[in-house]
Order: sequence, then C-alpha cells, then structure tokens
Amino acid sequence: MKKKSTPELIVHEKLTLQLYVSGMSPKSMEAIENIKRLCDEHLKEAFELEIIDIYKNPEVASQQQIVFSPSLIKSLPLPKKTLVGNFSDSEKVIKGLGIAFKK
Amino acid sequence: MKQQQTKLFPKTATGISGLDEITGGGFPKGRPILVCGSAGCGKTLLAMQFLVKGITEYNEPGVFMSFEETIKDLSQNVQSLGFNLEKLVADNRLRMDYVRIEKSEIEETGEYDLEGIFIRLNHAIDAIGAKRVVLDTIEALFSGIENAGLLRSEIRRLFQWLKDKGVTTIITGERGEGSLTRHGLEEYVSDCVILLDFRVIDQIATRRLRIVKYRGSTHGTNEYPFLIDENGISVLPITSLKLDHAVSAEIISTGIPSLDKLFKRNGFYKGGSTLVTGSAGTAKTTIAAYFALSSCKRKERVLYFSFEESPDQLLRNMLAVGINLKPYVKSKLLTIHSSRPSLQGLEMHLLVLHKLIDSYKPKTVIVDPISSLVTIGSNSEVRAMLVRLLDMLKINEINAMFTALTHQPINDYIDLSVDAVSSLADTWIKVRNEEQYENRMRSLLIVKSRGMSHSNNSWNFIITEKGIQLMPATAAKNMNENQNNK
Repeated sequence: MKKKSTPELIVHEKLTLQLYVSGMSPKSMEAIENIKRLCDEHLKEAFELEIIDIYKNPEVASQQQIVFSPSLIKSLPLPKKTLVGNFSDSEKVIKGLGIAFKK
Repeated sequence: MKQQQTKLFPKTATGISGLDEITGGGFPKGRPILVCGSAGCGKTLLAMQFLVKGITEYNEPGVFMSFEETIKDLSQNVQSLGFNLEKLVADNRLRMDYVRIEKSEIEETGEYDLEGIFIRLNHAIDAIGAKRVVLDTIEALFSGIENAGLLRSEIRRLFQWLKDKGVTTIITGERGEGSLTRHGLEEYVSDCVILLDFRVIDQIATRRLRIVKYRGSTHGTNEYPFLIDENGISVLPITSLKLDHAVSAEIISTGIPSLDKLFKRNGFYKGGSTLVTGSAGTAKTTIAAYFALSSCKRKERVLYFSFEESPDQLLRNMLAVGINLKPYVKSKLLTIHSSRPSLQGLEMHLLVLHKLIDSYKPKTVIVDPISSLVTIGSNSEVRAMLVRLLDMLKINEINAMFTALTHQPINDYIDLSVDAVSSLADTWIKVRNEEQYENRMRSLLIVKSRGMSHSNNSWNFIITEKGIQLMPATAAKNMNENQNNK
C-alpha cells in the first residue's frame, strides 16, 4: 500500500460502525487504535463509531452474533458487513467497508 | 468393582438408556466428549438428550450452543420426543444460543480470536449454573473462516477452557474422509470419543454406536445398535452379562394337561425357555397359544410377538381350536405385538422386544416364530441376537416359548434357527406330521428338558375344537380307524 498524504474517500452515506472488543487485550487495543486512526484520517465526519466491550455486555454478544473478537460491524449503509481482526491492514478494511479512494 | 471405578473416576450419567451401562456410569465428568458420525446419524439428538436428561433427571442445568440449526428448528425437532425446550428455557434450566456465521458477510483483516464464543458461553453457563454444555457442531466455523490455523488453536483453547470451567461438554463433529471428523477435532478431545454410524445392509438400516476411546475408564468395545424412537435414543448392550441368573424350582403348566404329564414334575420350570420346532402346519402356534393361555389363567402377563399373523388373525384361529384369548387381551393380561420381520433390522427387532418387555413387564414371552427373523440376518447375527434375547429373559425370570419353522422334518438339526436356540433352550419339543394309515398323524416328541426327566416316547395327538389331546401311538391309530369307518 502506498502511503500518500491522506487521500480522501468517496463516501455517499454516513457509515454506522460498531466495534466489539474483549476488554483490554492487546488485540482489542490495537483494533481500537487502528479503526480510530483510519476513520479520523479518511472518513472525517462521515462516520459514527460505537465501541462496545463484550466482557461488560455479554448479552449483546449473543444478540449481535459476535463470534470473533475484535469484530467491526458496518450496519449502515447496507449490505451489513462484519470485519474481524485487529484491522492492521487498512486497505483491506476500507475495501471491506465497501468504500473507495478518490482518484 | 463398579463402585471402585466411580470413586477413581467421576462420571456424569447421560440418562440415555444403555449408554450408561456400556460406559460404566456415563461420560467423564467435567471433560469434553466428542460425538462424531455422518450426517443424520443422531449426533444432535444424542447431545440434546444428554442435556435434557441432565436437567430433568440429574438436576444439572445445561447450555446448548448450536452452530447449524436455529433455536426454533431445534425445539421443533425434539418436540416429538417429548422435550419441551421452551419450558426448560423459561425455567432457567436451559440456555440455548444459536451462532450464525455468514461467510459472505465476514472479512478477515489481521489477527483475531474466538472471544465472542467464550463470552457467550461463559455468560450462559454462569447465568444458570450449567454443568453440561453442548457445542453442535463447532466445525461449522471452519466454513466461514479462511485462517484455519488460527481457528484450530482457538478451538483447542476453548476445549481447555471448558475443562477448566468443570463442565461436561459434548462436542459434535461430522465424519470426515479417513478421519473421525472433517477438521480433526479428535486431536483436541482426547478423553472420550463416541462414534455413531448409520448403515444399510440388505436394505435394512441399523444405527450403531461405538466408544472409540475413553481415557481412564474401562468401557464396552463392541458396536452397539441403538434405536431412535418416540422416547429418544436407547442403546442396546450386546454382550451381556454373566451366567449367574437365579433359577426357580417352581413348576408351571404347559397349558395342555396331557402334555404336562409327559414331564416328571408336570410342567416346565418357571423362568425357563422352551423351543417348539416343526414344519408348517404342525400346531406350533397352537401349543404356544396354550402356553399363553395358562399364563393368563395364572393372572400373569403375557407378551406375544407374532411375526406371521396379525393379532386378530391369531385370536380367530385360536378360537377355532377352543382357545379363547380375547377376554385376556381386553383385560390387558395378554398383549399381541405383530410386526413384519423385514420391517427393520435384527437388532432393531431385539431392541423393540427389549423395550416392550421393559415397559410391559410380562411373566411370559412368546416369539412366534423365531425362524422368521432368520431371513433378515446372517448366521452369526441371528445366533448372537437369540443368545442376548434368552439372556435377557432369563435374567428377568420370564417364561419363554419360541416356535421355529423347520423345513426338513427329519433333519432339522441343520436348520439355522433351531441350531441357534436348541442348545440354549431348556426344553425342546418337536412336533411333526406324518402320513400314516392313509391319515395325517400328528406326533410330538420331547427332545430335551433340562433338570427334569421326561417321556422318551413319541406321542400322537389330535386337535379338536376342545384343544390338543395327546395319546399313545396305538390309541391314535384306533381312533383314526374308527373315524374312517364312520
């Protein structure tokens, strides 16, 4: 991935994201950091991010069908998508969220 | 010895009839157990029964985590077995969690773990104080994930965690090519592995169960047939048991007074087994019906397995020779169970016999004819089955009478069913038809009667509306001549 000076992304609709993490595990911390950075750098204001600790909300894990941790759920715009991992590969994350860079 | 073993090795009773016997008390307590087999072999049902029985019979709440079927489907599927899952859930005795994995929705971006499953399980277990857990079947996760290596190590961690948590867990797995499970779960579950099998031989299906491995415990090593019916799974232990059943010195009537007289003590020993052999039309069923009648008259329950006639047909035919069994059917002293031999496999027949005998608790059991079963099994199978059946009857002190059809009246030693039973039966009566003096002569011979002296002569007999009448050969001859002269 080429490191350009924060290229802008094409975002037609505001993204609604939920990040599910498990406590203070290294993977969770990495995931939070990576997602926050990615959103701030590329999405500017076009996102809404909620971070949920499934240790503290075990029932939510069942309700939201969380199997893997960390999990990032993009509930809007449709289609719904679940990304798992620590999101270190930001290109894959962006692709996974269904958005593209401006050319 | 059994007690000693349970002390050494704590076990969790499965509540599945037969399975606790062959595992010497159940599954290893607090450990994971792998139940594997091909699709449709009864894995989910076995697991569900383990949970439900745990709740209803052993007061151990349970958690069912399903990776394949939704909670609604599962509840519906087991409803026919009388399991009311919704009620158990409402009573906080059961927790069910459906884990849905949609491959198209998941994108892997870096490292992750299975904490979601851990947390969901932990929450469910702690919420109701569960002692039993089922994961059905965790291998479904592999289909949604590319990083199989990561998943493997997480599954290994999950099993260890469940062990540390002290819950007895059934993990189901689909049978793979050349391995017990598709993704090698058996590598991680080393304590107890159960294999279920569903085979069709000669168009007859039989389910079988085998304990592949049970660390730290003795267990039966055979393949055990099992049955799925309206009461769930029941497993039939094959090789029973020791030759140490109690015997009775009490005498019971054969139901035919003149036949009683041929035995020194006027009848059979109680709890004994009798074989009646003969070719077609030699009155085997009539003799069996008399035996049933005598038991009914003693107010003792009779279970009559008829493999050739329907109950109505049997009742009608017996009425023609003066045996009225109808009142006893009405008063439930006599139960006639008719089924086609080819309806199911031999083992299934045996299981059905077992179950009926268990629930009905008869004092007398009649199998008419046992030779019908021979058509559906191989030699060794039939013999093994008959041995087991006789064993079971002896242990329960049930009077047994088997009839067997022989094809060659002279040389019936080579007949399979006769060969199988004759050495095991306590009493053996041979009946035959002969053409004599331009008439058919019925004759009867007691081949053996264990522990009792008996007549060594061949006796002729006639069947009238009043029943069977035995007489010495000469008397019968005279009678026939008289009839002819009229």
